[in-house]
Amino acid sequence: MADLRSDFVGIKSPNPFWLASAPPTDKEYNVRRAFQAGWGGVVWKTLGSEGPPVVNVNGPRYGVIHGPDRRVLGINNIELITDRPLEVNLREIKSVKRDYPDRAMVISLMVPCDEQSWRDILSRIEDTGADGVELNFGCPHGMSERGMGSAVGQVPEYIEMVTRWVKQYSRMPCIVKLTPNITDVRKPAEAAMRGGADAVSLINTINSITSVDLDLFAPQPTIDGKGAHGGYCGPAVKPIALNMVAEIARNPATYGLPISGIGGVTTWRDAAEFMALGAGTVQVCTAAMTYGFKIVQEMISGLRDYLDSRDMAMSDLIGRAVPNVTDWNQLNLNYVTKARIDPDLCIKCGRCYAACEDTSHQAIAMKPGRVFEVIEEECVACNLCLDVCPVENCIDMRELAVGEMDLRTGIRRGPYANWTTHPNNPMAVKAAE
Amino acid sequence: MSQARLAPGVVPGRLAPHELAANFADVAPPLDDHEARIAADRCYFCHDAPCITACPTSIDIPLFIRQIATGTPDAAAMTIFHANILGGMCGRVCPTETLCEGACVRMEAEGRPVEIGALQRYATDGLMAQATHPFRRAAPTGKRIAVVGAGPAGLSAAHRLAAKGHDVTIFEARPKPGGLNEYGIASYKAVDGFAQAEVNWLLGIGGITLRHDQRLGRDITLESLRAEYDAVFLGMGLGGVNALRAEGEERRNVLDAVSFIRDLRQVSDLTTLPVGRDVVVIGGGMTAVDAAVQAKLLGAENVTIVYRRDQSQMGASRHEQDHATRAGVRIICNAAPVKVHGNGAVVEVEFAYTAIDPDGGLRLTDDRFRLKADQVFRAIGQRLDGVPEDLALDGGKIGIAGPGRTSIPGVWAGGDCAAGGDDLTVTAVAQGRDAAEDIDAHLTGRPVELPG
Repeated sequence: MADLRSDFVGIKSPNPFWLASAPPTDKEYNVRRAFQAGWGGVVWKTLGSEGPPVVNVNGPRYGVIHGPDRRVLGINNIELITDRPLEVNLREIKSVKRDYPDRAMVISLMVPCDEQSWRDILSRIEDTGADGVELNFGCPHGMSERGMGSAVGQVPEYIEMVTRWVKQYSRMPCIVKLTPNITDVRKPAEAAMRGGADAVSLINTINSITSVDLDLFAPQPTIDGKGAHGGYCGPAVKPIALNMVAEIARNPATYGLPISGIGGVTTWRDAAEFMALGAGTVQVCTAAMTYGFKIVQEMISGLRDYLDSRDMAMSDLIGRAVPNVTDWNQLNLNYVTKARIDPDLCIKCGRCYAACEDTSHQAIAMKPGRVFEVIEEECVACNLCLDVCPVENCIDMRELAVGEMDLRTGIRRGPYANWTTHPNNPMAVKAAE
Repeated sequence: MSQARLAPGVVPGRLAPHELAANFADVAPPLDDHEARIAADRCYFCHDAPCITACPTSIDIPLFIRQIATGTPDAAAMTIFHANILGGMCGRVCPTETLCEGACVRMEAEGRPVEIGALQRYATDGLMAQATHPFRRAAPTGKRIAVVGAGPAGLSAAHRLAAKGHDVTIFEARPKPGGLNEYGIASYKAVDGFAQAEVNWLLGIGGITLRHDQRLGRDITLESLRAEYDAVFLGMGLGGVNALRAEGEERRNVLDAVSFIRDLRQVSDLTTLPVGRDVVVIGGGMTAVDAAVQAKLLGAENVTIVYRRDQSQMGASRHEQDHATRAGVRIICNAAPVKVHGNGAVVEVEFAYTAIDPDGGLRLTDDRFRLKADQVFRAIGQRLDGVPEDLALDGGKIGIAGPGRTSIPGVWAGGDCAAGGDDLTVTAVAQGRDAAEDIDAHLTGRPVELPG
């Protein structure tokens, strides 16, 4: 049976599934329940400086996007960092870690952007027994207005500076949590690396307005008739998170920098995808907030079964897809496929036809008896038909063999060739004579 | 068990009032908002959807379901009503399993269709509960149109004609409007006086005068209507009931199923309605099932449907048959009545098993059996009664061409009295609507507006 034990920058956990710094990890009661349920680790909800704690709104904190059957696809929150006294949090962290020494206990931190503040907070957490710290440079609402959170994460120089202080005043492993609310996620990751970070974690939440109340004409969640942007998370953000993880994983400047993947991890499969793109651990919040802590059992059994079925170790999975993430100009333009509809599986809904006829290439024929057939002379292999088909595997993309005629172009499939050498590319690299 | 329940003969009060109330409650209770949202989410919004093709009124089903799914059920209702003004009743009584839901691609995908009928009821109930009628009449045309029969076909035609600015007078033979919706449908399919509420709502458009106790051939003639009105639409249904042609069928308690269903719908207190302890229903259509199930629900101990052909040929859908057997009704196929035994009242019915001749004809065999019966219902079809003079017939019904045109200029027909239909409410609605469009085009030269 596959061994799921994880050693992430020296932080050990029985499995790679951690709860992200968020409401589920705000206090001892929740974290004990999480560990009882089987979570490998937690990142304790962000602590701030000593003094009067932050205050939260007293109206709704969350806005939600629902899919069919009110399935939660995304949550936006306007909650701030912990609003409980620092010493209470520290006492609880110590208590839980003492009872669960095998679990990862990472403390998320966010204090003002000056050296003394960071020095002070690090000295306070030293004797909790925690395994590491995560620097919250990502929170996009509220705290960022006060010059913290994503306000730091959006300035690579600040990231580097603060990371350096943390490494200077603490021997703990330091994970820098990145905000996605930037144009190029590689820059803050490089800054964290220069500052001495042991790892980065990403993504934090995305600036968002989930919906507008069309009676109140105000964003949701609505607080007394007004709304502020919040941070978006959950399954809806997973594609954005995967891309950012991959960008860092394949960036030569940050190659090998350990990554803790965050963003819409809901099932073992999501976790495996993040790991294939280079994440050593994953962090979860929305799925737990939607379904409760028990989901980790499915994640553990699912990942284990997957690895066993392929006779892989977890280390074989981590980063395995990174070499296959490339730039567009490296894609094989001579790779030709054609959509193919299985008439036995087709339920005759005609969605492929509507999509292709109205919005694409008129490459599907609707024949008497609602028989749908691909017109290979028109099919550009966009695969929209496959995407909108409600029946799994009813439509697939058949790959043409090298030398086989593409009926659309009238050209036989050639060997690998990409844009860099394509005759239509004015910058094409000419083959040597 | 109470004495009354097992009392011999045809007696009222076999069941206690609370039992009857439970038995005759809404057979398919309405969806609430949550259920409707879940049900609507299952629609694939098919291209050129098979459910639309399967609907005799061509309701744009994917569109109305999407309107429900996006929180605008009133818009959904208008999509329905534009095609089918009796969409409320059709959502309740249509054999959806053989129409829209039978064609739903989800049947192929997983054997469970989108609940189109229930969703249609959800949308239409909501809009009909509102105070105002949602359609406005066009400018008056000055044209006057006579509609004979306030059943589904006549009401559908009248509403569309009124909407186009014509003045309509409906001549109805019975004391109440609604036709089979009021008199001919099992009461648990349209509870709480829905048929009358629907007619009242429909008449809310204005421009329709309803005259009761006006039977064609008795109180009015086609000739006089033609003389007085610009056009005539005939939608009086089928007044006659076919006979068994079995010896002794004149005995007491051998009744027409349609009369039993009518009485059941009209009685104010079900405990006063008599029913036999051993009931036999002869026939294989929806009327047979409705009579049999309701006899059972009234407290009959044994109810048997006997149909002369194979079960697969029954007019009642499989869904209806299952509904009957679930209610405890026994179905015997391939048997036909040959003699009603008794002494004044029926005591037994004698049947012969049937066989199919090589030429396809049905033949009685010598294999006989008897069923104990103190009440027998005939449900072997209805026929057109009192055919207006000079009208060409087709298979015993009024012959029509295209959108309901009869052999007489200026006279249209639709619904069960016209040839070519399938005795469904929804078909009658479609025929009334299409005839109305044709009448309007004929009178005004305006183009026909049909869905689909």
